[in-house]
Amino acid sequence: MPELDLVGVSKSYGNIQALTDISLHVENKEYVCILGPSGCGKSTLIRCIAGINKPDSGKILIDGESVEQIPIEDRRIGYVFQDIALFPHMSARDNVSYGLAVRHAESTEITTVTNEMLDLINMRDRSKAYPRELSGGAQQKLAVARAIATGSHLFLLDEPLGALDAIVRAELRYELRKLASDLGLTVIHVTHDQEEALSIADSVVVMKSGRIVEVGRPSEVYASPRNLFTANFVGETNLLEGKVLETDGSKCTVDIKGHTIRVSGFGEVGQRVILSIRPEFVSLTTPTVVGWKGLIKQVTFLGNLNRYVVEVEGGIDIIAEVSTAEYSTGFRVGESVMLSFEDVHMLLFDYPGEGLEKEISLE
Amino acid sequence: MPRVSFVSVTKNFGKHVALDGVSFDVSDGQYLCILGPTGSGKTTLLKLLAGLLKPDEGTIYFDGKPVNNVTAQDRNAVYVPQQYALFPHLTVLQNVAFGPLAKGKPASVALAAASTALDLVRLSWRAQALPNELSGGMQQRVALARGLASGAGLLLLDEPLGALDARLRLDLRHKLRDLVKQSGFTAIHVTHDQDEAMSVGDEIMILRNGKLQDYGPQRRVYRRPASIFVANMIGGASFLEGIVDTTVGETALINLRGGLTIQAPSKTLTLTDPVILALRKERVRISRDRLEMDNVFKGEIRSVRFLGNSKEYLIRISNGDIIASRQFAESEDGAFNVGEEVLVGFLESDALVFEYPAEGLRKELDVA
Repeated sequence: MPELDLVGVSKSYGNIQALTDISLHVENKEYVCILGPSGCGKSTLIRCIAGINKPDSGKILIDGESVEQIPIEDRRIGYVFQDIALFPHMSARDNVSYGLAVRHAESTEITTVTNEMLDLINMRDRSKAYPRELSGGAQQKLAVARAIATGSHLFLLDEPLGALDAIVRAELRYELRKLASDLGLTVIHVTHDQEEALSIADSVVVMKSGRIVEVGRPSEVYASPRNLFTANFVGETNLLEGKVLETDGSKCTVDIKGHTIRVSGFGEVGQRVILSIRPEFVSLTTPTVVGWKGLIKQVTFLGNLNRYVVEVEGGIDIIAEVSTAEYSTGFRVGESVMLSFEDVHMLLFDYPGEGLEKEISLE
Repeated sequence: MPRVSFVSVTKNFGKHVALDGVSFDVSDGQYLCILGPTGSGKTTLLKLLAGLLKPDEGTIYFDGKPVNNVTAQDRNAVYVPQQYALFPHLTVLQNVAFGPLAKGKPASVALAAASTALDLVRLSWRAQALPNELSGGMQQRVALARGLASGAGLLLLDEPLGALDARLRLDLRHKLRDLVKQSGFTAIHVTHDQDEAMSVGDEIMILRNGKLQDYGPQRRVYRRPASIFVANMIGGASFLEGIVDTTVGETALINLRGGLTIQAPSKTLTLTDPVILALRKERVRISRDRLEMDNVFKGEIRSVRFLGNSKEYLIRISNGDIIASRQFAESEDGAFNVGEEVLVGFLESDALVFEYPAEGLRKELDVA
């Protein structure tokens, strides 16, 4: 049932402004991923929602009611964080039933709910195991089950998969997502991992330096970000600096170190711009007369992709990623190639006021 | 710079076998990436090379000379731990100069080496800062600079990018490789991130429960993985169970459950062998109307996973098996939807065939 609203939330620690004017609406049963680099304020935000930290200003509303007005025991918020905090001396079953026992639930209810939870995470057969006998992934599933068992419907997950190996993390995120859908939970999931956010979220909130930069569906923030920081942060991209030469309505001709390119977007003649092209949308072919010529500088075989660094005249390095499903042998270092880009996959941004490096900085 | 060899090296901690008869060679100037789940023995292997641990059995060689009894200080190797372990009260420059100073180099030489190393990691401008004034990414680069300045020829990197955000890790892994290569080090880099392992090293090694599973150039390991476990660790795949029906020359006909048959390379298969077929996701095609491939099945899209540069489709074929297909740079109108009926296909040559594992498929895929 819970809907969540943040209205103008700010929080500072001494001189450090951790959150600045955060406003966000989360629908009931929505799965929201908050994505941003270390230190962007995402954990502070989740701690404010949980009521662990108190914002300096602004409001946090659950179903329209201010969090502060709701006594902690009635907030029904599940909170799971990166460091798996299970009770080491309790079995898997006892860990899951702990919250219910604390609430003085009836013993039959405790048994029923605990069994349901263990079934839900496919761990009924491990119910007698102690945390140390379980893998990291299993422990984290247990932590989630324990939180769900308390009957919460709003879940705050702070890097819930962060302590796990890459391959386990990738599997578990889909399990987590399915669990949330099956139970109709509202989830706020904090992560620094773009792929994690893109693959499971209904909606992605991109944060930088204590502010929300952009909110959108995964395909929107990846394919049509409104913001340069988002374009670079959510997946790799080539950022090319240029100047608008000509403009006619919906299209511009942009000069990039002596190369010209036509692209959709608005700009004034002479304006400095940044063109963003994702590596998977850079096409490489054998050279012909027209187009951008380049020299293969580096080839990295990534399994499902070949990653090329192509040096284009004028000293521009462009990264291209080509699926190895194409059955071609690919290109070799030193080979000449022609690069082409489709208009629909190029994005035009104003040159940022504080410079490109500052704008896309991750630190 | 040194050439390194392990010959049947075993290391136990009490009853726990951390490394079990591991043998391999790393040539001069090579960049090796070691991939394995937590507890597979990766860090133990690095510590043995660094001289921080001693093998219980077997011999470690540097440039052909046994070093089992050579102390850490006297080895041409430096261990860069996962935790940066910088001295909090020393400046960045002093931290980096510490190694050569400790080895008795004159201050001027040590500081020059430290400055060069800081230049390489592009942190000269922060030379006078204290570690806690730097971001995690910068501290990581300081730790690396300390390794570079140590004067050792073998760099042992334990999850060097592990503490960093995913996006930063992506930027830094290419820089790390360039740096190590430019400086001519021999490097061994341990990670649990398969993308990192694929992109950083010249060669890749996979460890599991202290045993070497596979070792070779990425292309070979990806295309012809030594085991199901390796195929799953590197790249991932769909795994289908089958039984060999007949072999006709180079082609084997393999029965899947539910009366489906596929063509696969016959290689060394014998009749009625239970086998596992592994299909790389990017090699599996899907289409609404036509597919001309050796193996084509009807199926239904069960789920779509958006991964940014690609989409992963899970398709259920008529016998209930699930096949994954990964599509890069897909156009919007080419996209498939959940519930849609599609054709799914792959080439005979793209079916990787493995013997059915003795302990079952699930156990073989267990990476936790």
